[in-house]
Amino acid sequence: MVTGGTEFDLLRWIPLAPLLAAALHGVLLVVVRRTVSQWVTVAISCGAVTVSFVISCAAFARLVQLPDESRLLVDHIYTWIGAGVGSQAFSTELAFQFDPLSAVMTLVVSGVGALIHFYSWGYMEVDEREDKGFQRFFCYMNLFSFAMLLLVLADNLVLMFVGWEGVGLCSYLLIGFWYSDRDNAYAGSKAFIVNRIGDLAFIVGLLLLFWMLADAGHPTVGFQDIERYFAQIADVTLDLPGWLPGGPSYRAVNVVGLCLFIGACGKSAQIPLYVWLPDAMAGPTPVSALIHAATMVTAGVYLVCRMSFLYAVAPEASEVIAWTGALTATLGAVLALVQTDIKKVLAYSTMSQLGFMFVAVGCGAYAAAMFHLATHAFMKALLFLAAGSVILAMQHEQNIDAMGGLRRRIPRTRWTFLIGALALSGALPFAGFFSKDEILVAAYGAEVAGGRWFYWLMLATAGLTALYLFRLYFQVFSGKSRVKRELRDRMEDPPGSMVVPLYALSVLAIFAGLAGFPQAWGDLSWVDIEESNSFANFLAPVLAGTVREPLAHEIEYRLTLRAVLAAITGTGLAWWLYLQRPTWPGKISSSFRRLHRVLVAKFWIDEIYGVLLVRPLVAISDRLLYRGIDAWLIDGLLVNGVARGVRALAANGLRYVQSGLIQAYMFLMLVGAVAIVALLMR
Amino acid sequence: MIPLDHVIGLSAVLFGFGVIGVLVRRNLIVMLMSVELMLNAANLAFVAFNRLWPGTDASPILDGQVFVLLVITIAAAEVAVGLGILLALFRNRDSVDPEEASLLKW
Repeated sequence: MVTGGTEFDLLRWIPLAPLLAAALHGVLLVVVRRTVSQWVTVAISCGAVTVSFVISCAAFARLVQLPDESRLLVDHIYTWIGAGVGSQAFSTELAFQFDPLSAVMTLVVSGVGALIHFYSWGYMEVDEREDKGFQRFFCYMNLFSFAMLLLVLADNLVLMFVGWEGVGLCSYLLIGFWYSDRDNAYAGSKAFIVNRIGDLAFIVGLLLLFWMLADAGHPTVGFQDIERYFAQIADVTLDLPGWLPGGPSYRAVNVVGLCLFIGACGKSAQIPLYVWLPDAMAGPTPVSALIHAATMVTAGVYLVCRMSFLYAVAPEASEVIAWTGALTATLGAVLALVQTDIKKVLAYSTMSQLGFMFVAVGCGAYAAAMFHLATHAFMKALLFLAAGSVILAMQHEQNIDAMGGLRRRIPRTRWTFLIGALALSGALPFAGFFSKDEILVAAYGAEVAGGRWFYWLMLATAGLTALYLFRLYFQVFSGKSRVKRELRDRMEDPPGSMVVPLYALSVLAIFAGLAGFPQAWGDLSWVDIEESNSFANFLAPVLAGTVREPLAHEIEYRLTLRAVLAAITGTGLAWWLYLQRPTWPGKISSSFRRLHRVLVAKFWIDEIYGVLLVRPLVAISDRLLYRGIDAWLIDGLLVNGVARGVRALAANGLRYVQSGLIQAYMFLMLVGAVAIVALLMR
Repeated sequence: MIPLDHVIGLSAVLFGFGVIGVLVRRNLIVMLMSVELMLNAANLAFVAFNRLWPGTDASPILDGQVFVLLVITIAAAEVAVGLGILLALFRNRDSVDPEEASLLKW
């Protein structure tokens, strides 16, 4: 826990710059209503995000100058909600905090965000489907950057929730960006609605936590204060309905932890709320890279890490998280194997990698989760942007069955994609190797149900990662070209403004892993043991983490060897199947036709949800809530019915009181006066 | 001295006549006169009560009598307006029956 914060007034400009840019775009779009040149639009948007990134770097530079135990920058703007007095005083501040955890997130969000903004320029420029959307696109992108930065910089849960909802909204807007296609609009709605389910749980968790703190005499929602007073509520128990398993008395931290985790599930596409992520690929590819790979979907992991002090004392909740993450990782990897849409493969891969991160937090290795979060942001953004280049070159064809042999046509895209694929599948010197290795080590030592099986499952999934990524790579870039002839000769690499972000991300995907150089390797190399894994050391003051005996070095080496072997096996299998024996995949899928069909149908999860949840919900909403309660009861009976009743009464009876005869009025007045006097003299 | 009861009784009887006159007569002039009757009944009550609590010589209480003056003033104004309306009605309807002016209804 960090104590005492240093004022840093520039902090507010990190989220504010993109917000101002978005507002400026909004004014230009809605009030001025004049087309501005693309140069201006790009300058405003990319400029704003770059400003955020530069300030983040400045803040980071300031942060590392401080001693380890007081690494916290704060920027208090004003009291947003103030209530109560004395010991019951409660206030929600509009304030930002920049501690190591926020620093990592902010740098990733603004850094990767800036690169993707630059990339979007080229991507949206050549997009001719909706010419007028150019500025709208950048408006939403800036708004998203604002919301995401607000989320990671907020110093309390309520402000964080504002950002949380903001990114959900922008996600919805950008998934349905090409809204003239009905399916895209539906995909946006699906993402939004599924996220609402998680958000409800988030609110419940937040209120429960606040309620317990208020009971203990510390009504607060600020992260620092929650952590400070957390010890007082760590052992509170709650009584929940008896039909829940393990009840009726629960440790409150588990309940709060699970509620917040369900919120994280929605945002981070974990079982059972993952169904929106593959559909979210309907949005433009830069959106998929920024929102649905690098930043927004990692908000759930960030939330859990932010509340690590809570999860560290909630082993049951942590175990649920670990297994949910493991199952999601496996499910995503398996489904990615059979997808034929280049973006959907990457979407399932994202889901799978997020599962890895949740495995890490579930095992108490919060630093490993954050590490994988950061490297994954680089690698997956790189893969998505490279995929975007492929899609542009293919003129918006996304089916990998219609690709193949692109490596000579678009060499730059090919090399960057290859780097991304190598990094994510865990090839040795690349970023993904180090981060995934840490997670596997954490899974090995984890005390969860299933014991070693849990580790083997994760190891197998790591192998599958290499398999599906290189299946994708070989299908797209190697082998015989299946591209249509008229397209084949016109394919070319994207222009410079799009290639530069690819190069930058490639560099990050190669070298970012060195920040988390494993401690076990310290004695092998020139790196000082104390200084190795500087990433985890940097985060250590803000993450709780269960203190565990470090594994013996021999075991760690063995685990590393296994991870490398898994990656090599996956890659080799892909090479064998898709390059050496290109007919085999078809044969395999036809000899296991049942299984293949199940996988292609994604276990019919969407259909099952449709029958079990969506249709009953729609029916209830339509028949009962809309037609029954809203249209019939409220509109019909309470509003129009009352009006009609009054009108009928007045028309048939009351109007005859209005006789126009002055003496009749006087008589009524007299009666009234007498009645009043009689009442007074009673 | 005349006891208070008698004066108040007279006031009440006058008021009652006024009310009945306003309610039952079909002639606006008479109705206006009845209204005057009611007002004067009230005046009578005012002065009677003032007489009951006259205060001391050093500080006499004159509220009731002052009220009477006010009521007389207002009654004069009211009659002026009332007669104006009556005249307008008579010019249009050739009658002073209030039922002729009952168009403002459902």
